[in-house]
Amino acid sequence: MPHDHHHHDDPFHHDGMSPSGHPYRPDNDQPLTYWQRMEIAVRELLVENGIITAAEVNEQIAKMDARTPAQGARVVARTWTDPAFKARLLADGSAAMEEMGIDPDGLKLVVVENTDKVHNVVVCTLCSCYPRNLLGLPPDWYKTRAYRSRTVKEPRAVLHEFGLDLPEDVRIQVHDSTADMRYMVLPRRPEGTEGWSRDELEAIVSRDCMIGVAVPHLT
Amino acid sequence: MTRLPEVTPPPFEPPYPTTEARFAPSDVVRVKKGAAPGHMRTPWYLRGHVGRVERICGGFGNPEELAYHRDGLPARPLYRVRFTMAEVWGNRAERPADTIDAEIFEHWLEAADAP
Amino acid sequence: MGTDSDQGRRWHDMGGRDAGEIARGEHDHALWEKRVDALMRIASARGYFTVDCLRRVLEDMPPDSFETMTYYERWIYSITQNLIETGAFTIEQLNARMEEVAARGPTYGEAQGIGEREAGE
Repeated sequence: MPHDHHHHDDPFHHDGMSPSGHPYRPDNDQPLTYWQRMEIAVRELLVENGIITAAEVNEQIAKMDARTPAQGARVVARTWTDPAFKARLLADGSAAMEEMGIDPDGLKLVVVENTDKVHNVVVCTLCSCYPRNLLGLPPDWYKTRAYRSRTVKEPRAVLHEFGLDLPEDVRIQVHDSTADMRYMVLPRRPEGTEGWSRDELEAIVSRDCMIGVAVPHLT
Repeated sequence: MTRLPEVTPPPFEPPYPTTEARFAPSDVVRVKKGAAPGHMRTPWYLRGHVGRVERICGGFGNPEELAYHRDGLPARPLYRVRFTMAEVWGNRAERPADTIDAEIFEHWLEAADAP
Repeated sequence: MGTDSDQGRRWHDMGGRDAGEIARGEHDHALWEKRVDALMRIASARGYFTVDCLRRVLEDMPPDSFETMTYYERWIYSITQNLIETGAFTIEQLNARMEEVAARGPTYGEAQGIGEREAGE
C-alpha cells in the first residue's frame, strides 16, 4: 500500500505537484531501481556515520526548489531599469546578485549582455555547468549530447531549432563554460515596454532567454 | 592564416583574486595541444587554436589535480579567451566572424604572434 | 589546419562533434534525483570530494553510460565512488545496506528510509 502523505510543511509534497506545477514523477509507486537503492543506502550511511543529517538533506532540497528562473528574471528586470546596477552586474555578477538578496553560495557569475550587434548563448561542452544557484536546475536539453556538441560549431542552426533566427550582421558569441565561471545572458529589453513595472518586465524574461536560445517577447 | 576576434578589454578588475598573470586582455595566445588521459578542462576542439585574451577571470585551483583529491595549489590564472569560428572550424564555419569564448588555464596557453 | 587524429580525445569532450536534433522534452525532477543533488552538495561542502572529483569519475565511466543511464543515475554512481575513495563508508557497509534496502519492498516508496520518515515527523 503506498504511503499517504499529507505533510503540509513538507517541502516535496505540494498536493502531488512539484513547485513548478508539474506532477512529480510517481517514483514512490514505481519499481525500485538499482540506482535508487544506492541513493537510499548512501544517504542512510552518511547519516549514520555522522556526516550529514536527514534534516539537512530536506533543507537542501527546499533551498534548491526555491532557486528558479524567476530569480534571474528579477535581476534582468532591475538591470533594464537601473543603469548603475547594470554596471555593477557586468563587473561582478555574484556581488550584484547578493545585493538583490539572492545568495550566490559559491556561484561565480558572469553576465554577458546582448546588444543590437551581439547575441550570446551559453553551453557546457564538457559536462553541464549552469548557473544553478541563480536559475535552478538546468533543462534536460541543455545536458544532451546534441546541444553540447553542436552549439559551439553551428550555433545558428541550433538557435533556429529553438525558433530564433538572427540577422547576419549580428555576431553570435558562444560561451563554453569550461572552468569556474558560470554565465547568464542579459537579454535586450524589447521595444514597447516603456513605462512597464518591474513585475511586468520580469514576466517576459524566460529561462531560455537567460541561456540565450530565446529572446523576450511581448505576450 | 589565423583569424582573430576583436575584444574590448573589460573596464573593471577581475572580481576574484588573481595570482601573477602572464597574459593580459587583447594578447594573442595559442591553446597548447595535449592528448593525455586524465581530467582536463580544455576542450579538444580548441587545442592548437589561436585567440585573444578577453579578460582575466581570476586565480583558481588546478582542476587536473583537484580531480584526484589533491589540493590543486598553487592557484593558476584563468583566462577567458575568444576565438573566431573561422579559426576553429575553417571553411565549415556557419559565419566566420561569430565567436566562441572559453575559460582556459594559463598552463594551457602560450604566446602567439599576431599575424 | 589539417584533420588531426582524435587519438586521446575523451568521449565526454563533445564540442564540435556531429549530432542530430536536440531533444526538447523536459522532466520535473523526481524526489530521489533531488536527494542525489542534495547529497552531492552537502558531501562536497563537507570536504569528501570536489566537483572536479565528481566529473573525473563521470568521465571515466564507459562512453555508452551517457546513453544507457540517466543523468542522476550517473551522478549517484560518481558520488558513491568518491565517497568510497574518501572513506565516508566502507564497501562492506554499502553492500549490507543496499541488500537491506532491497528487502524492504519493491517500490521506492517502501524502500526509502529515514529521510522520508523524518520529513513527516
